[in-house]
Amino acid sequence: MDFIVSALDYLLGIPVFGWGDQIGFVYKGLLFLVALLILTAYILLADRKIWAAVQVRRGPNVVGPFGLLQSFADLLKFVFKEPVIPASSDKVVFLLAPLVTSVLALSAWVVIPIDAGWALADINVGVLYIFAISSLGVYGIIMAGWSSNSKYAFLGALRSAAQMVSYEVSIGFVIITVLLVVGSLNLTDIVVAQQQMGLAYALGVPWLSFLNWFWLPLFPMFVIFFISALAETNRPPFDLVEAESELVAGFMVEYSSTPYLLFMLGEYVAIQLMCAMTTILFLGGWASPIDTPLLNWVPGSIWFVLKLCLVFFMFAMVKAFVPRYRYDQLMRIGWKVFLPISLVMVIAVAAILQFTGWGWHGGAV
Amino acid sequence: MTLPLFFFYIFSAIAVASALMVIASRNPVHSVLFLILTFVNAAGLFMLAGAEFLALILIVVYVGAVAVLFLFVTMMLDVDFASLKQGMLQYAPIGVVVGAIMLIELLLVGGSYVLAPEVASQAVVPIDAGIDNTRALGQLLYTRYVFLFQGAGAVLLVAMIGAIVLTLRHKSGVKRQDIFKQSNRTRAQATELVKVKSGQGL
Repeated sequence: MDFIVSALDYLLGIPVFGWGDQIGFVYKGLLFLVALLILTAYILLADRKIWAAVQVRRGPNVVGPFGLLQSFADLLKFVFKEPVIPASSDKVVFLLAPLVTSVLALSAWVVIPIDAGWALADINVGVLYIFAISSLGVYGIIMAGWSSNSKYAFLGALRSAAQMVSYEVSIGFVIITVLLVVGSLNLTDIVVAQQQMGLAYALGVPWLSFLNWFWLPLFPMFVIFFISALAETNRPPFDLVEAESELVAGFMVEYSSTPYLLFMLGEYVAIQLMCAMTTILFLGGWASPIDTPLLNWVPGSIWFVLKLCLVFFMFAMVKAFVPRYRYDQLMRIGWKVFLPISLVMVIAVAAILQFTGWGWHGGAV
Repeated sequence: MTLPLFFFYIFSAIAVASALMVIASRNPVHSVLFLILTFVNAAGLFMLAGAEFLALILIVVYVGAVAVLFLFVTMMLDVDFASLKQGMLQYAPIGVVVGAIMLIELLLVGGSYVLAPEVASQAVVPIDAGIDNTRALGQLLYTRYVFLFQGAGAVLLVAMIGAIVLTLRHKSGVKRQDIFKQSNRTRAQATELVKVKSGQGL
């Protein structure tokens, strides 16, 4: 009985005895989910619009003013189409794969702090949680590729398994350097550390808080993280998983209608997650770029989304003007370039922190 | 029943059921997928026990890397499990003995904590409840056990190099790409300007 009462109070905010002391976790989660999905719809549209603009096209411009409702029209189109399941496929795994992809992509967002204290779950090992969830993302792709029982899908899945496992290594090392500086695995701590110490303080201009953020002192890691994030989310120029000239659409060949929609959703939510991670690790999270009353008045969540969109703009531009890599070049850059550089940087950063005593020690500068 | 107890039963029931399915399912790929489900539920149990670092490392290392390679291999091999299972009765007694020994050991370890709660404080390094376990593990691994830890790392590195050397083959006659050479090639090395007389060709 006690368990049911506490669960009701925690999840739904239904006060069984007296008044409930909090808004239910479920409501917060639903609100967050709706906001995230609407953002996804516009990120998707922005991706197509930016791509079109680079190629001097107009992009989607028919549904709604400036094509603003295009993503919602696409959603309806996907949902109302007939799902085709190949006869020789492994049907359970086939339908499980898109679910795994989208659920994992969405579940990572539970620890992302959009503003001070706005994380749904402010856990101690937030970075590790995101790293773990994103390392699971490869399963959706492998399961889809195998269960489709098709050559192209299978080849796409094999490529992606190797690619995502390779780039996780360098992403891990980049995260470790940031952790060394901050000394905490909590995402909120990482953002707070970037407000309380850094180059702006060292240079004597504390109001230029964008100099404080880690993108400047850890610039090589920022670049490596950005490129590895492209590879980890299978974005162009590393989208060999779905290289349409070689593999038709890779692991997604056999999918149609809602399962396909779930794959697209998972992919774009994972891309936004990587943008959010870049924002938190290197661009100061919800902090305003210049420490003045006018800019500080803008809510932190707005800054966060603006920074997320800025990083996504870079993602979209890379997609628009960089040709696709060859597979062996992709593997070479992952294992022979990024891995040594990030490994050396981990050692160098650790040594510098040890000998100079820099780094965040939980509060004071 | 409290909320953690409820989740404990959910996680352990799914873990045991999927561990059974690892052995029982006919398709090796399904076996590996059930193995992954077992890992994830074991991580959930770690999380409930307050070992959040261990739980997430289990997912990153075993589920995110090792099990991907398992899946990779089982997908590529076309194993007929029906024929593999024919010798099962022959090996069953050894399997039962190994399983029984492991069960007894687990019971001994787990039972000692229940029968004698003071055991925890008698450990070589007592558990400090005041700090989060990432910090606690780090403080222990990099001070008291630093040589063992580094030694284990060195052994793994040697094993990795060994595995790479075993599979590395340099065939003669195969053209390899040398990125450094390519990038350093200049126009003078790559092109040659030839004056061709008309009607003669090269």
